[in-house]
Amino acid sequence: MEILPVLGIPLLGGVLLGLVGHKRWAPELNAFMSFATLAAAAALTARVIASGPVTALEEQFFVDPFNVFLVALTAFVGFTTSLFSRPYMRTEEHDGRLSAGRLRLYHSMYQLFSFTMLLTLLTNNVGIMWVAMEGATLSTVLLVSLYRTPASLEAAWKYFILCSVGIAQALFGTILLYFAAEKVLGPGGTALLWTHLHEVRGELEPTVVSLAFVFLLVGYGTKVGLVPLHNWLPDAHAEGPTPVSAVLSGLLLNVALYAVVRSKVLVDGALETGFSGNLMMGFGLVSVVVAAFFLSRQKDIKRMFAYSSVEHMGIMTFAFGMGGPVAAFAGLLHMTVHSLTKSAIFFTVGHAAHATGTQNMDSIRGLMRQSPTIGWGLAIGTLAILGMPPFGVFTSEFMVLTTAMHEHSWATPFLLVALGVAFAAVFGKVQPMVFGEPTARPLPHPPALVPVFVHLAIVLMLGLYIPPYLVDWYRQAAALIG
Amino acid sequence: MADTVSGQIVNLLAAFLLLVAFAMLSQRRVLSLVRLFAWQGAALAASTLVVAYTTAQPHLYISAAITIGLKVIFIPWALHRLIDRLDVRWDVETLINIPTTMLAGIALVIFAFALATPISQMAGTLTRSTLGIALACVLLSFLMMIVRRKAIPQVIGFLALENGLFFAATSATYGMPLVVELGVALDVLVGTFIFGIFFFHIREQFESLDIRHMEKLKED
Repeated sequence: MEILPVLGIPLLGGVLLGLVGHKRWAPELNAFMSFATLAAAAALTARVIASGPVTALEEQFFVDPFNVFLVALTAFVGFTTSLFSRPYMRTEEHDGRLSAGRLRLYHSMYQLFSFTMLLTLLTNNVGIMWVAMEGATLSTVLLVSLYRTPASLEAAWKYFILCSVGIAQALFGTILLYFAAEKVLGPGGTALLWTHLHEVRGELEPTVVSLAFVFLLVGYGTKVGLVPLHNWLPDAHAEGPTPVSAVLSGLLLNVALYAVVRSKVLVDGALETGFSGNLMMGFGLVSVVVAAFFLSRQKDIKRMFAYSSVEHMGIMTFAFGMGGPVAAFAGLLHMTVHSLTKSAIFFTVGHAAHATGTQNMDSIRGLMRQSPTIGWGLAIGTLAILGMPPFGVFTSEFMVLTTAMHEHSWATPFLLVALGVAFAAVFGKVQPMVFGEPTARPLPHPPALVPVFVHLAIVLMLGLYIPPYLVDWYRQAAALIG
Repeated sequence: MADTVSGQIVNLLAAFLLLVAFAMLSQRRVLSLVRLFAWQGAALAASTLVVAYTTAQPHLYISAAITIGLKVIFIPWALHRLIDRLDVRWDVETLINIPTTMLAGIALVIFAFALATPISQMAGTLTRSTLGIALACVLLSFLMMIVRRKAIPQVIGFLALENGLFFAATSATYGMPLVVELGVALDVLVGTFIFGIFFFHIREQFESLDIRHMEKLKED
């Protein structure tokens, strides 16, 4: 029963902020609701760690170590982003870019977006998982177009059309999965419940299931941002408000990948070949390489970090595709550290863009001198995301690379070259932004830098020392999906 | 005997669905497109009703009722209103290369049948031969979304895609569990609202619903 508050609080928050989201204290209410969600998620996590997987409400909801870890991560980043969004959105209002009505829309949709993501993670019904995933698109599309500029409308339209069409294919995949399951479990509600599917996965019809997986991978893969289905991602990240970019990169992509991995577990059980893994490795590798080469061509700072997200989602997809305990462990760790680091980077980027009045990297200079904390935040965050030791991203990338060398040595040179190219591109662009002559102005509202440094501190800690309970947790989750 | 008769009826409706999908591909007037979409919804609802009656599956009646309410009545009505308010009633789209599009459509249908054959042989349902048609409808809607240059026809293409998926669900499995169908219907409804809001925003910014104006964001 610990599940209900995790879903109920953001849903209530969405309704409540739909009514009062334009008030002066609405950002605080938004942060408070996110904090309450985090508290509920913590209670749920404690319960699952103590007593193992639980199901609730006639098995409609299901929590195991794999999804509870993502629930905790989603609630945590959701909370810190709401802290960041307080000064950010106030500055937007102060600068006259957003009216009170738009702020109400923003706050309400922010909570509903949290709700849909948590529902995707917690539901046991693969059909509802699809519905919630589509709901996540619907709730963010109006956030991407929040500024109503031509560019933001174009980005939102692209996001809407591409993701809806992509996810329609995932629905077809779900129908095929149901078709295969119905043969074994009989018609009715239980044939779409993941736990039941998992029990009978060995008996599912292989041809149908493999076709279903192709549709599911392409469908949810569109939302993960896998190349060549990634077109919506840089536009949506660059044109929407920065808190939205932070939750898109830090959370939504993870949740979409979660849906892919859940499908893979079923398909692997039915096929007992490397079909799904190979497909994921292929998509993952292409994403890493293509995104790395696109990085150097970017002018807009948020676009560049959006491509960096494509690259990192590629690494995770590749890791989960390889499978096995070490690779799955690395994939989960990478999910965590990427989510924390990327959202921290977007927080600093948001403040930097406000301080300099532009997102164009050529015009952002000397952040360090104007505001040392923003400058250091961006510099450290960039080093962390590029996989420098001793940060956690290094640890997970190192594990992915060593596993790849053992099991799929052909892939290692591609990965190494891509990581090298990404390093050169991003570092070369961030360095002059941080140092050099300042172009910034003082901000009307003090920037929220606590979330940035909390995230980066956790990432640093995970690079140096992973607490034993967390290792245990990752191992359990890795055993479920490896 | 009743089974073969209803099987024939469902096949007939499936053929009608495919015909409408082709008609939509070549229809240039926005209003006629909306009408065709409503017909497609009606065919879908009718086939769902036939399957529901033959197999005595009560939840399919609800599914058919949702289809009628949403896709035959509400969405076409809302689109009509939108078209009136946006004053694009007489919009005619210049579609180049209708014959080529049609040929591509035929190729897609053949592909869909080839893909669906091994699966439909496994289906024990009375409507199994229609899975290929459902997949063909989905792919034709894709094609329609690709070749259209205006916002409203693109959205109608998307809604037709959803119709094809629902038809796949009824023809392969006698429909998804009710809670899922309700959820999907809710998503379609909310999506339509958002599309509607979007049309006005796009119009306000670009003074036209032509999405050629929206090809500025790309890598250079």
